[in-house]
Amino acid sequence: MRKTLMAAAAVAVLAGAFAAPAAEAKTFRWAFQGDAQSLDPYSLNETFTLGLLGNVYEGLIRRDENLQIQPALAESWEIVEPTRWRFHLRKGVKFHNGNEFNADDVLFSADRVRAEGSDLKTRLAGVTEIVKVDDHTVDFVTDAPNPILNAEWATWYIMDKEWSEANDATAPTDVTAGKENYATRNTNGTGPFMVASRETDVKTVLKPYDGWWDAANKKHNLTEVVMTPISSDSTRVAALLSGEIDMMYPVPVQDMKRLEGDPNTDVLAGPELRTIFLGMDQEYDELLYSNVKGKNPFKDVRVREAFYRAVDVEAIKKKIMRGLSTPSALMISPFLFSRSDEFKRPEYDPEKSKKLLAEAGYPDGFEVGMDCPNNRYVNDEKICQAVVAMLAKVGVKVDLLAQPKAQYFAKILRPKRDTSFYLLGWTPGSFDSWNVLYNIIATPADDGRGKFNVGGYSNAKVDELTAKVLSETDAKKRDQMIFDAYKQLNDDWGYIPLHQQGLAWGKRANIELAQRADNQFMLYYVKVN
Amino acid sequence: MADAHTSAPGLLDPLRRFLDGDVWASFKRSPVTVGAAAVTLLYFLAAAFGPWVAPHDPFDLAKLDLLDSLIPPAWMADGDPRFLLGTDDQGRDMLSAIIYGSRVSLLIGFASVLLSMVLGIALGLLSGFVGGAVDAFIMRMAEIQLSFPAILVALLINGVVIGYFKTHPEWQVDQVTLAYVVLVLSIGLSNWVQYARTVRGSTLVERGKEYVQAAHVIGIHPAKIMLRHILPNVMGPVLVIATIQLALAVIAEATLSFLGVGVPPTEPSLGTLIRVGNDYLFSGEWWITIFPGAALAILVLAVNLLGDWLRDALNPKLR
Repeated sequence: MRKTLMAAAAVAVLAGAFAAPAAEAKTFRWAFQGDAQSLDPYSLNETFTLGLLGNVYEGLIRRDENLQIQPALAESWEIVEPTRWRFHLRKGVKFHNGNEFNADDVLFSADRVRAEGSDLKTRLAGVTEIVKVDDHTVDFVTDAPNPILNAEWATWYIMDKEWSEANDATAPTDVTAGKENYATRNTNGTGPFMVASRETDVKTVLKPYDGWWDAANKKHNLTEVVMTPISSDSTRVAALLSGEIDMMYPVPVQDMKRLEGDPNTDVLAGPELRTIFLGMDQEYDELLYSNVKGKNPFKDVRVREAFYRAVDVEAIKKKIMRGLSTPSALMISPFLFSRSDEFKRPEYDPEKSKKLLAEAGYPDGFEVGMDCPNNRYVNDEKICQAVVAMLAKVGVKVDLLAQPKAQYFAKILRPKRDTSFYLLGWTPGSFDSWNVLYNIIATPADDGRGKFNVGGYSNAKVDELTAKVLSETDAKKRDQMIFDAYKQLNDDWGYIPLHQQGLAWGKRANIELAQRADNQFMLYYVKVN
Repeated sequence: MADAHTSAPGLLDPLRRFLDGDVWASFKRSPVTVGAAAVTLLYFLAAAFGPWVAPHDPFDLAKLDLLDSLIPPAWMADGDPRFLLGTDDQGRDMLSAIIYGSRVSLLIGFASVLLSMVLGIALGLLSGFVGGAVDAFIMRMAEIQLSFPAILVALLINGVVIGYFKTHPEWQVDQVTLAYVVLVLSIGLSNWVQYARTVRGSTLVERGKEYVQAAHVIGIHPAKIMLRHILPNVMGPVLVIATIQLALAVIAEATLSFLGVGVPPTEPSLGTLIRVGNDYLFSGEWWITIFPGAALAILVLAVNLLGDWLRDALNPKLR
């Protein structure tokens, strides 16, 4: 039987080889478990959406396969004063529609990314003034010295001013509010690929852009790229096994062995930088979706500790992640903070958890609603279900609502914030702790600080440290401040970090690509052999 | 069947007549039918007494242990005697989950069949008895609905009802109850047509008969004629349809749950169990999806066989 199959396969391969046209069309088909929420690069600060758009748009800088900063639309930069950075823009770069890239586009993009409705306002946090020196030179002035000013700019994509104005797309579109404009479905970037066609949640087709400024160094050999979202784990695996697609991620952890064992498919696995955590609402005076009225149990530190200690991350690692996760004591990956090993994760202790709940006045527990995505992170819904069962053991009745990420993000993110208890993942775009502190730990404020601190954890000491971390230039002192801030957060039991999930991409054996630890998939590294 | 409306006194008489009658005889003659009836009965009993016969309570989250998850069936190498058919990804005992799941599936199946039966009979009677514009209107509605696949109609109703409840929080329904109500409504409302058409046909035949005309003549209210005189005589075919529709309703519920718009995974029906298990098709944990799948297939097959037999047994032309 096996021999016949092999023979049949060989015949098929030969037939394929003879049928192939001389001038080769290299179509690369791949699948992710969901779709990009929007093509507007400022709509949603989410890795997949930004990653897909990173093939179409470019920032002033970019990251290589080892996540090192490289010049992109800015050829070079220098710090002329501690609070003034000068960027020299690349000349001769053209957008996909032929428009020239210049300083006005940078100024326009800076205004747009900071405008109401943008989910990426924090990319320019602390920038007080942007000065056009000439057509290809721009100065950024900050309120305090900021040694990592451009660290997150690889995903601050530069848009074309003329195109945006001509198409009435000068305002960023907030997906959580369901807003749309021309830029939601159309693109005009400077990147190596153009969007040829797109049906949301069905198919997105990209074509290489011949006029790309870096075409001389291009690594890919693609003529067409087709991205289809496939949410069902087994369908995605079947599509890769059958050769219907060339690459897909994430590989469901339960199917890794199967894909590794198949001679036609490979699994690329590694630790991802993303930290998966549970957040608890500490901001509302009365907890939503709960039977506790008139107060918010999560404001009591004992309740938060009780929740923390009720969750058995080792069991989640063993059974749900099948060993492919690293339980975490911190809200950041150990690869991104040198002193991570000084933190120990508090132990799983359901007895202590029950005792703490009783002390806090909930001897029989209480009811609370939980929000969870079901197509965003590796086994997200299964993790939530397990957490629900674990909390049931200490008497807390959790009503789980697992939804696709589009509905999920729209429900929980600020300003709507319609949640009490939720699961979220975070990769700091700058690969630095300040991003984590500023976005998800610091007290939410109007200027964009704490924008993703959905639960509203708040501690003035942490806020103060966060501000200092941004401008501190001495690495050792800076690490100490970061250490103190994380320590304070853990002492407050502000969040429940769960783990760093494993990164697992599946591909056909004839595909070459580079896997970045931030889980962004860059098509210009892809070769179809 | 023709003499069903001439009622005889005596409490045990109907039973005796049934046992002496053709229907029971044809039932005894067919071993397949007896087998199907036994299987169906088993399911009904398991569903009715689920909490007492199931070895575990899969809905009680406090008793689930994640470390018990993904255990293969008891007879396999790593099996655990506590879990005869193994456990799923959350540590639920598959056997118990299937028993509880059948309970949910059958409950929704029965409720939606009841809904579509009541609706279909009422509209069918009205249509056949009143005739004219009412008849034309109801039958055109039925034809329009028949031109869409039932599952599509169910999905449509599902979306509308969920939308309604989401925008009307004053109803205060929790997720699970909402899912049940929505499923019953969507399956029930998408399947009334078969009943209505059958009942209308039979009503048209009965309407012209002498006993109906006699009832008219002595001045009985038309509503009473419909319910007391015509309805009992059109119930035979309705029972056949109801049996077959029960199987279809269970499948429809499983389909909707499989598509993710049905019962939530915390209190799974058979369809939800199959959906969850579907993730493990390639990974070797075949028991998570095969057992619920087989349970569903066997239940539907048994009910269908019963329905087939009932159709033949009640059809005078085939006797």
